[in-house]
Amino acid sequence: MNHLPQAWGRPRDDIYGAYDHSYLPQTHANTHPTTHTQSPVVTGTSVLGLKFKDGVVLAADNLASYGSLARFTDVKRLKPFNRKAVVGFGGDVSDMQYLDRLLNSLDVQENYSGAATTEEDDGEAPAATADGEGGEDKHKAILDAKNLHTYLSKVLYKRRSDFNPLWNAILVAGLTTPPPPAPSTSTSSPKDTTTSKPTGPAPSRKPIPYLAYADLLGTTYSSPTLATGFGAHLAVPIMRRAVPDEAAAAKLSREEAVEIVKKCMKVLFYRDARSMNEYSLCVIDGKGVDLQENIKLEGESWAFAEGIKGYGTQTV
Amino acid sequence: MAAFTSYVSSAGQPSYSFPQQQSAPSHASRAPIQHSFYPYTDNGGSTLGISGDNFTIIAGDTRSTSGYNINTRYEPKLFRIGGEGSEHKGSKIVLSVVGFAADGHALKERLDTVVKMYRYQHGKEMSVNACAQRLSHILYNKRFFPYYVQAILGGVDEEGRGALYSYDPVGSYEREFCRAAGAGASLIMPFLDNQVNLKNQYEPAAPQGLEKPQLVPQPLQRAATEELVRDAFTSAVERHIEVGDGLQMMIITKDGIEEVFSPLKMD
Amino acid sequence: MFRNNYDNDSVTFSPQGRIFQVEYAQEAVKQGSVVVGIVSKTHAVLAALKRNAEELSSYQKKIIPIDTHYGIALAGLASDARVLSNFMKQQSLASRLTYDRPIPLSEITSRIGDRAQTNTQHYGKRPYGVGLLIAGVDQKGPHLFEFQPSGVTQEMVACGIGARSQMARTYLERNLDEFEGSSREELIKHALRALKDSLAQDKELTIENTSLGVAGVDENFKMYEGQEIANWLETTFERPEGGEGEGMEVDS
Repeated sequence: MNHLPQAWGRPRDDIYGAYDHSYLPQTHANTHPTTHTQSPVVTGTSVLGLKFKDGVVLAADNLASYGSLARFTDVKRLKPFNRKAVVGFGGDVSDMQYLDRLLNSLDVQENYSGAATTEEDDGEAPAATADGEGGEDKHKAILDAKNLHTYLSKVLYKRRSDFNPLWNAILVAGLTTPPPPAPSTSTSSPKDTTTSKPTGPAPSRKPIPYLAYADLLGTTYSSPTLATGFGAHLAVPIMRRAVPDEAAAAKLSREEAVEIVKKCMKVLFYRDARSMNEYSLCVIDGKGVDLQENIKLEGESWAFAEGIKGYGTQTV
Repeated sequence: MAAFTSYVSSAGQPSYSFPQQQSAPSHASRAPIQHSFYPYTDNGGSTLGISGDNFTIIAGDTRSTSGYNINTRYEPKLFRIGGEGSEHKGSKIVLSVVGFAADGHALKERLDTVVKMYRYQHGKEMSVNACAQRLSHILYNKRFFPYYVQAILGGVDEEGRGALYSYDPVGSYEREFCRAAGAGASLIMPFLDNQVNLKNQYEPAAPQGLEKPQLVPQPLQRAATEELVRDAFTSAVERHIEVGDGLQMMIITKDGIEEVFSPLKMD
Repeated sequence: MFRNNYDNDSVTFSPQGRIFQVEYAQEAVKQGSVVVGIVSKTHAVLAALKRNAEELSSYQKKIIPIDTHYGIALAGLASDARVLSNFMKQQSLASRLTYDRPIPLSEITSRIGDRAQTNTQHYGKRPYGVGLLIAGVDQKGPHLFEFQPSGVTQEMVACGIGARSQMARTYLERNLDEFEGSSREELIKHALRALKDSLAQDKELTIENTSLGVAGVDENFKMYEGQEIANWLETTFERPEGGEGEGMEVDS
């Protein structure tokens, strides 16, 4: 017995000889331990998201930085998914590309499984239902923004739990159909033999805007205004001033929302050293996904910089 | 024979086939770099639970933070467990988790799945005490990579009394009458000790002296308890930056779960 | 005498291109008591006849609710059905966990179809001796699927499997046109009448031996048994002769 608890009960080398590691599986013997990402390499900066009356606006610039080097200037960080949802990526660009491939294969798998489409979908659209939302019915069975966010957050959480994180902070935007107002198992008793006329397929609940965040730790949250990275410090206060809560978001028009987000992109360009003046902006609403990938910052002017006298006590 | 008797090697130490101590820095240079990824974060917020003789109240604020940032003003920390489907219809157990929100979600989903499978396999609802013990096991099973959360579980037991269980991150648990957890716990818990368990409160009519009789805790009334919870949170909001925005309360009785939301200061 | 040399396992074809073990498994389905399923535009209904092995025993379980949006009815080996239903329950919970959505019925059906098929292609395995009707509602509306031991799965408008189910299918075929537009109550009545047609001459549908499962758009799958179905049985069958036209005509 000695002072090393891990030695108790184990064979001593001076009696039995050293342990022969060659019996171990080759992967364990004399190779380096597996290593995982310790820090991101090529990175994208903030992603902004803002809900409005009937959709969501998403924006991110087209820059991929290598440390402080502006390495790639045409990297699109807003990735549409199956016509219904868009994912905005901040953080490591290679991990973004991995996730994008993962989402593409998920989309393909969903389309093959038959759950996503029916035969009519391939031909002409089914006749519009009474409430004129026939066009929407067409794709209603495919994964929506909420399904996608749940899936992505599970992927991110799994990878962080394996100590092999995907170094991203993402926003998922789109529309989702809320659950039925009153969860119901029909209480109508057998006595109730009122022969109600069969209604149409689903009494369509109106899809509502959806915006949610997920990051490399698996942390998730949702809010009418969201931003990753530097945007959380600089853009969120501006957006929250216009949209303090869900009620305010429900009154905001598309034009107003786009204007606020554009203003935030400008502030971010002025103040975030890892940003650039060309960005992607995406509006997702009932009509679909409207993605513009090469927006130039409007009215760029550094005139304000003249007046900056430094920070702290400097006044002249 | 000599080999058996010499318990000490020439170096004066027996040797074993594993590293005896931390290697010199020269070794570290060729070893892979240390992990710099830290898998946890603190999302702030506070929860509290109080049980009465026929109800349990679980409450939590709805703010989620990262450092000085407010992530969102509405991210519930209270979850219905069991019941039917994703709306948890008919559920009578509530879990609150505060700490690392992602672990909290994972924990809630593990427990919810367990409770739903229990109903499927046994054809009846799981009792709160069974659920409480199962939660302890789930936490303990991951003690080497813990769920970084303080959990509080509430419901009504098989006799119809309010049941409240509190947990540490590795599964130690205890049935209590009241418990506060999370960022504001150190502010709220002393208040509860005084107001629920009547600590440091003495018979006012008793004569001055050494033998002052302690006030004995009485079963709480529901309305008074709700007010107690509100007071606890409004006070915590004043003094803690990670607590605020909204107060979510779930009151569990034999008839089910009632949910009440009230705003808190958003500063 | 005429020993069949091609039915020792489920991986050998007979010279006629048949796999006898799979066909025998399908016979096991025909031994089970009858179950019926119908869908309308808004609802999916399962109806099942429960048997008790003897007077003193309880009635067997024929309908199993799996998730809130669907359930299954079985004909054949109940123990095999339990294995499949456990698998379906797990898959359904997994879908809710990873995607936060109720699993589409076509998806869960093809998953058990794939599982059953592997049993017909691996030496030493045995096909499931059970047929299932999977009924419920998903994002695309009400559905009814049929599952066979061979791994074949089909979407149906109406279907009956199990002992003497041909009679039920005849009823269903004759009334096929009415199902789509039927209300919830009408659909339940159709299912009960189809079920009754498959009964032996001296048997009646009672609250003890009948099970119903109903799911609808915005209505969770629920199983009805015992006293809950008394009214349905009454209104469907206890009408004065000829009162409920088409149901009685095909009774003969």
